[in-house]
Order: sequence, then structure tokens, then C-alpha cells
Amino acid sequence: MPELALQVERYSAVIVIGDVAIRVNTRDSSFLDLLQQRYSGFVSAESGAEFEFDVELVEPTFADPDAEVNVSHHSGRWLMERADFRAEWNPAERSGVIHQKANPYSMDAVLRIVHTLVLAKQGGFLLHSASAIRNGKAFLFAGVSGAGKTTISGLAPGDVTLLTDEISYLRKHDEGYVAYGTPFTGELARLGENTSAPVAALYLLTKGPENRIEPVAVTDAARGLLGNVLFFAEDPKLVHRVFQTACDFVHRVPVYRLTFMPDARVWEMIQ
Amino acid sequence: MSKKVYVARSPRIAARMLGEEMLVMSAQGSTLFTLNPTATVLWQAADGATPLDEIVESRICSEFEVKPEEAMRDAEALAADLAKHGILLISEEPIPSKSPVQEQPQP
Repeated sequence: MPELALQVERYSAVIVIGDVAIRVNTRDSSFLDLLQQRYSGFVSAESGAEFEFDVELVEPTFADPDAEVNVSHHSGRWLMERADFRAEWNPAERSGVIHQKANPYSMDAVLRIVHTLVLAKQGGFLLHSASAIRNGKAFLFAGVSGAGKTTISGLAPGDVTLLTDEISYLRKHDEGYVAYGTPFTGELARLGENTSAPVAALYLLTKGPENRIEPVAVTDAARGLLGNVLFFAEDPKLVHRVFQTACDFVHRVPVYRLTFMPDARVWEMIQ
Repeated sequence: MSKKVYVARSPRIAARMLGEEMLVMSAQGSTLFTLNPTATVLWQAADGATPLDEIVESRICSEFEVKPEEAMRDAEALAADLAKHGILLISEEPIPSKSPVQEQPQP
């Protein structure tokens, strides 16, 4: 008599952002479809991945969409929690588990946190900024909500490749920094292109009555940059690393204040 | 005779001199502070072993041409303010230097 065995199907998608591949495993084919749609352009056909997460889908419960995310480190594991998800990640074992509802927002949050932690080790960070490539160079447009990230992204002419309208992915490379496309969207709700380019300039955005570019002193540049860096964990070592990377960044990348009015002519200044 | 006061930089911060300003970031809430020149001198001299009055006398009075009593009052207020924000530690005993925070596992 053949041995009885229960075989549970497992579906996987490898999501590659900033050249870092993360495999997500689920037992729910419709959730896999949702992920493949959400991260379209960032899903790789390759099976290899640097990290792997098993997703356990849980029943929907009430969740405060504005709840703060909590990230902590215990015994070699990172614990990430928000009202709508709970995830554990063991970097040494390169694996983790995510308990979440079947929506893309929780996965988005986990991916942002994991990439933040990975980037900190690699001399990089995620930045609240739009980013775009023109003439082979990447330009960053940083600012808080309402500063104009979505506006300037929407005004980009046809020769501009949008990397993101919300969260830029930055990593040190040789003597400078490289910006990568991300699927993390803002109000434009348009995925960035999955490509990269060396960063030529960071613009701190301000809306105003005219288009104007002004240089920024290095301390103001650092303040402007750090005010837009994504920090999730209150881990001193991590904060120290990202802080030092940000200080290095403003020494290597020109930082300007870009005052602009919502008009496509602003892109005449971005070359 | 008044008690000695010792001050030390918190191990839970990151700091870097940029231009002529000292930027300090606290791990708590990733809060960013900019120290003025006087605060920078005090903060840099805060080794946990040198009493505050010695820091004031040897570093602040000589550098900023201020009377010792006035400088001490200002330094005490400044130290208390920095401590309130968690970027400086204050004690009536010498403060041993903290061992570095453990590295997280390499991803």
C-alpha cells in the first residue's frame, strides 16, 4: 500500500529591487497572482534569491492604517510589526516569515523595512524622494508629503525614465551613489522602471512662484537629506551607519534647493 | 564644597562635524540635532572622566572668553538640556565608557 502523504502546493515569486532578490513563498495562488501584478517589472524569472520569506495569510481584522511600524532586534532576529502584519527575519539564516492579510500593502511595508536593513549594511538607504534618469544620470527630488515629488514626476518629459515618485533606492558605488528603480509608489501610482544610474544631484523640493535652483550648504544638505531618509529601527548601530552614509552622500553628491512652480519648464533645468 | 559632575556622550547617538557644525542623531526616534560651537566643545570634551568644571575652565573659558561662573551656569544648563534629549549622560560619579553596541548579523 503506498504511503499516504499530504502535499501542499507552494508558490513563489522572486522580487528584485536594487539588485537584491527576495523570494516570497505562499500557499495561496491568488496571493501569488496579486504579488506578481503588484511588483510587475520587479519579479524575476530566476529562482535564486538572497533572502526568502514564507507568507502565512491570516484572516482580516481591524487594522489602523496609520499605525506606527515597530522594528526591533532580538537574538539575531528582526521583528517587524504593524497592526496589519507581523514578520520575523533572521539575516544569518537568510529567511523569515510574514503573517499578514492578503493585501499588497503589508508586503510593501515588510520589503521597505528589509531593504532598509540590507542597505544600511551596504552603504545605502531608502529616501523619501522621487527619482528619475535623464541623459544617463539619476536626479533625486526629496521632500515630505506635499513638497512636490508626485508633481515633478508627473511633469517629466518623454526622455525621462521615472525610477519612483515616492521612495528612492540608493547605494554607494565606487566614488559615488547609484539610484535604482523601485515599485514603491506614491500618488502617481505608477511603478518605477527597474533600472539604475549614477546619482548626479539631489534636489530638495519647495514649491514656489518661479523655477530656481540654489546650492545648499553641506550642513543644510545633510539636514535636508536626513529628514527624508527612511528609518524604521531605533537600533543605535543601524542609525549610526545610515547617519554616516548620509554624511558621506552630501560630500559626494551635489545638493541643491529646487524651487519650482507646477509647470513642465522646470525640467529644462534638470539636465 | 559642591559635588563634581561628570558628563559623557551617549553611546546611542551618531555624530559628525559638517562644515563648522556638529550634527548629532539620536537613535531614539532618529532625531537630529545641530550643536552650536559652545555645545560642540562641551560635547567633544564629555569623556565621562573629566569633571564638568574642569571642562568649563580648560576648554570653554579659554576658547570663548567668558567668566568662569557664568560659563559654569551656562554649561550646567546646556548639559541638562543635552541630557534631556538623550545625547549626553550626567552623573556625580565618573562614567565608564560604554562598550560598542553589538553588530547585527551580516545580511
